[in-house]
Amino acid sequence: MLKVNNLHVEIQGNEILNGLCLSVGAGEVHAIMGPNGSGKSTLANVLAGHEDYQVTAGEVLFNGSNLLELSISERACEGIFLALQYPVEIPGVSNVQFLKTALNSQRKYHQLNELDAMDFLQWLKTKVQQVGMEEQLLYRSVNEGFSGGEKKRNEILQMLVLEPKLAILDETDSGLDIDALKLVAKGVNAFRHVNTPKQQRAIILVTHYQRLLNYIKPNFVHVLLNGRIVQSGGPELALELEENGYASFVDKAS
Amino acid sequence: MTTQAKNLERFVGGEYPHGFVTELATDSLPPGLSESVIRQISAKKNEPEFMLQWRLQAYRHWLTLDVPTWSKVHYPPINYDDIIYYSAPKSASSGPQSLDDVAPEILQTYEKLGIPLHERAQLAGVAVDAVFDSVSVATTFKEKLADVGVIFCSFSEAVQKHPELVQQYLGSVVPFTDNFYAALNAAVFSDGSFCYVPKGTRCPMELSTYFRINSLNTGQFERTLIIVEDNSYVSYLEGCTAPMRDEHQLHAAVVELIALNNAEIKYATVQNWYPGDKEGKGGIYNFVTKRGLCQGNYSKISWTQVETGSAITWKYPSVILKGDNSIGEFYSVALTNNYQQADTGTKMTHIGKNTTSTIISKGISAGHGSNAYRGLVSVGQNASNAKNYSQCDSLLLGAHCSAHTFPYIEVRHPSAKIEHEATTSKISDEQLFYCLQRGITAENAVSMIINGFCKDIFRKLPMEFAVEAQALMEVSLEGCTG
Ligand SMILES: Nc1ncnc2c1ncn2[C@@H]1O[C@H](COP(=O)(O)OP(=O)(O)OP(=O)(O)O)[C@@H](O)[C@H]1O
Ligand SMILES: [Mg+2]
Repeated sequence: MLKVNNLHVEIQGNEILNGLCLSVGAGEVHAIMGPNGSGKSTLANVLAGHEDYQVTAGEVLFNGSNLLELSISERACEGIFLALQYPVEIPGVSNVQFLKTALNSQRKYHQLNELDAMDFLQWLKTKVQQVGMEEQLLYRSVNEGFSGGEKKRNEILQMLVLEPKLAILDETDSGLDIDALKLVAKGVNAFRHVNTPKQQRAIILVTHYQRLLNYIKPNFVHVLLNGRIVQSGGPELALELEENGYASFVDKAS
Repeated sequence: MTTQAKNLERFVGGEYPHGFVTELATDSLPPGLSESVIRQISAKKNEPEFMLQWRLQAYRHWLTLDVPTWSKVHYPPINYDDIIYYSAPKSASSGPQSLDDVAPEILQTYEKLGIPLHERAQLAGVAVDAVFDSVSVATTFKEKLADVGVIFCSFSEAVQKHPELVQQYLGSVVPFTDNFYAALNAAVFSDGSFCYVPKGTRCPMELSTYFRINSLNTGQFERTLIIVEDNSYVSYLEGCTAPMRDEHQLHAAVVELIALNNAEIKYATVQNWYPGDKEGKGGIYNFVTKRGLCQGNYSKISWTQVETGSAITWKYPSVILKGDNSIGEFYSVALTNNYQQADTGTKMTHIGKNTTSTIISKGISAGHGSNAYRGLVSVGQNASNAKNYSQCDSLLLGAHCSAHTFPYIEVRHPSAKIEHEATTSKISDEQLFYCLQRGITAENAVSMIINGFCKDIFRKLPMEFAVEAQALMEVSLEGCTG
C-alpha cells in the first residue's frame, strides 16, 4: 500500500529524515518508536503533505502512484489520515459540522452524493459510541477546551467517520488514562478489522509506549533514530526497547 | 510566508457580481451644490414649504462645517461640486403609481439582483421598497400593510400624504446639526423609505428597502424614517448594491428610528455596495448616520449589520436609551478585503433608568483591508442600573490587513455595570492544515471558519437574509481553489 524509498526531508534547511525506507502492506499495523526529536512526527506530516517540510530526495508511492505530487486534501481524499500529536482547535466551528463538511468533501471527491444532516447524524452517533465519547462534545467547537484525552479520542472519531485506507496515529496514546486508552484501542481495532479483502486498511502507530501495543497488536515494530529506520522486528522488539531503551541503537547509529 | 499562508492570500480576492450598469434615460440636475439646486430638488418633489425651509437651514449649516477627520479611514478630499445631487429615471420623475409604471429596465435590474419586485414572485412575507439612484421606484404589498394600518412607502410619498408625521419626526433623532454628512443629507436627500406602525400593531411581514446606485457621478442621499408606536413591532431589512465604476461614489444616508412605549424595532442591513477593485480603484464611500431613539419605557431597538461592500464604510448605528427599562442592541459583521476600509461601531447612550445595551462586533480583515471598531457607551447621571456588555472580535486573514478597537466608556452613575471583551485571532496555518488533512478544500475551510466566527450575528438576521449574508461572505472572499 505504502512504499517509502530513501526519503530525505528538510525543515528550514535542517535535514530531519535522511534516507528513510518503509513499506506498509494492506491490512498491516506498523508501530514506529524512537526517541524525542528523531523525526517520527516529521515522517507523519510529510506523508500527509504538510508544506513546512521539503522533500529533497526519495520517493513515496501510495497504492502504486506518486504520493508526493498530490495536495494535502487530495491525499486525504485518497485515503491518508493523520491523527495529530497536537490536535488543533477551531473556535466557532462545531465538531459535528466539521465532521460533516470533511466527510462530504471526501464524498464529493469520489463523486458520491453528499449525506444530509439527518442521515449523517444517525450514523455519526454509532461511531461516537465506539470511542466512548460524550455526545455533547459533538456540538462544541472543534477541540476547543477539550481535555487532552478528549482531543485524542476526537481524532479517532474522525478516523472512524472518514474511513481512510491508511491511518497514521501520531502518539494518539499519550495523555490518555487507562480506560481511555482501552477505548481508543477498541476504536482502532474496530477500524482495523473491517477488512473486506478489497478494502484492507493499514495503520502506522507512532508511540513511545509498549503498553498500547498490548491492545493493538502490531505486525511490525520499527526503531526510528536520527532520521532513518535502524531496526525492524516483530512485537518483541517493543518489549526489548521498553527494557533497554535506545542506548544500544544510538551506538549502532553513530 | 508559508505556502498555506499564500493560499490564504490568493483565496481572499472575490469578484463583485452586482457590477452591471442599467442604461436608462435620466432626469438629472447638473453637478454642484447651491441654494438653487436645493430649491430645484424641493420643487421637483413638489414639497411643502416646511421641507424647503428645513433643507435650506441644513445647507446653510453644512456650509459652516469642516469634513470630519477623526476616523481611521483615509481618502482624498471629495469635491462636492463634482457630484450630481439629483438623478431620477425619467419615467419615474412624477413618481410611479404602481409597478406597471416602473420602467422594464429597472424591474430587470432588480431581478438580476435577485430582488424581483412583482409581488407574486416575492419571498412570501417581505414587502420591498426599491430606491434607484435618488428615487423610490416601487413599494410592494402596500395595500396589505394598509389593512392593518401600517404605512410603508417612499419618503416622497410620505411627505405628500402624511406631512404631519414627517414634520413631527424628521430630524428628531438625527438633527441636521449632528454632523457634516447628516447636514449634507438633510439639504439634498431625494428619497428613501418611510414606515409608520400604529399602536398595538405587530407588522405582519418583514419590510425591506433595496438601495441601488446606478448613474455615474451621482451621490445617493436617502433618508429612512421609522416610527413604531406603543406596543408595536416591526422588523426591517435594508440591502444595497451598486455598479462597478472606476470613480468613487458617495453615499450619505440618514436613518432615524423612533420606538415608543413597549415598542420594538429590529433593523438589519446587508450592505454590499461596490467595494472597488483589487488595487483599490473605485467603490462607494458609505458615510451613514443611523440612530434609534428608545423614547418609550420598555422599548427596544436592535441594529444588525453585515457590511461586506463599499470602499470606505463610516457608520455607527446608535441607540439613545431614553425610556426606562429600554434595550439597545448592536450586532455587526464587517468584512474588509483588498483596499477596503471600515470604521464602524456604535454609540449606546443610557439616559433612562434600568437600561440595557449589548454590543457584539465581529471584524474580518483580508488583503490590505483595514477594520476599526469604534464604540461609545455613555451612562448619564440619572441612568441608574445601566448595564452594558460589549464584545469585539477581530479575525485577520493574511499578513497585510489590520484591525483596531477603540472602545470609549463614559460613566456618570455609580450603579452602572459595564463589561468589555475583545479578541484578535487569525486563521492559523495549523488550522488550515488540519482542515485540508481531513479532505476539506481551502475555500470551504476558510468560509467554514469565518461562518463560525460570525454565526452569533447571522443568527440575528431573518432566516432568508442569514442565508444571503452567508453567501455574500463567500462571494466577497472567494478567488482561488487553494
Ligand atoms: N517547524 C519546525 N521548525 C524547526 N525544527 C523543527 C520543526 N519541526 C520539527 N523540527 C525539528 O525536527 C526534529 C524532529 O522533530 P519531530 O517532531 O519529527 O520529532 P519526533 O520524533 O516526533 O519527536 P517526539 O517524540 O518528541 O514527538 C526535531 O529536532 C525538531 O526540533
Ligand atoms: Mg512527535
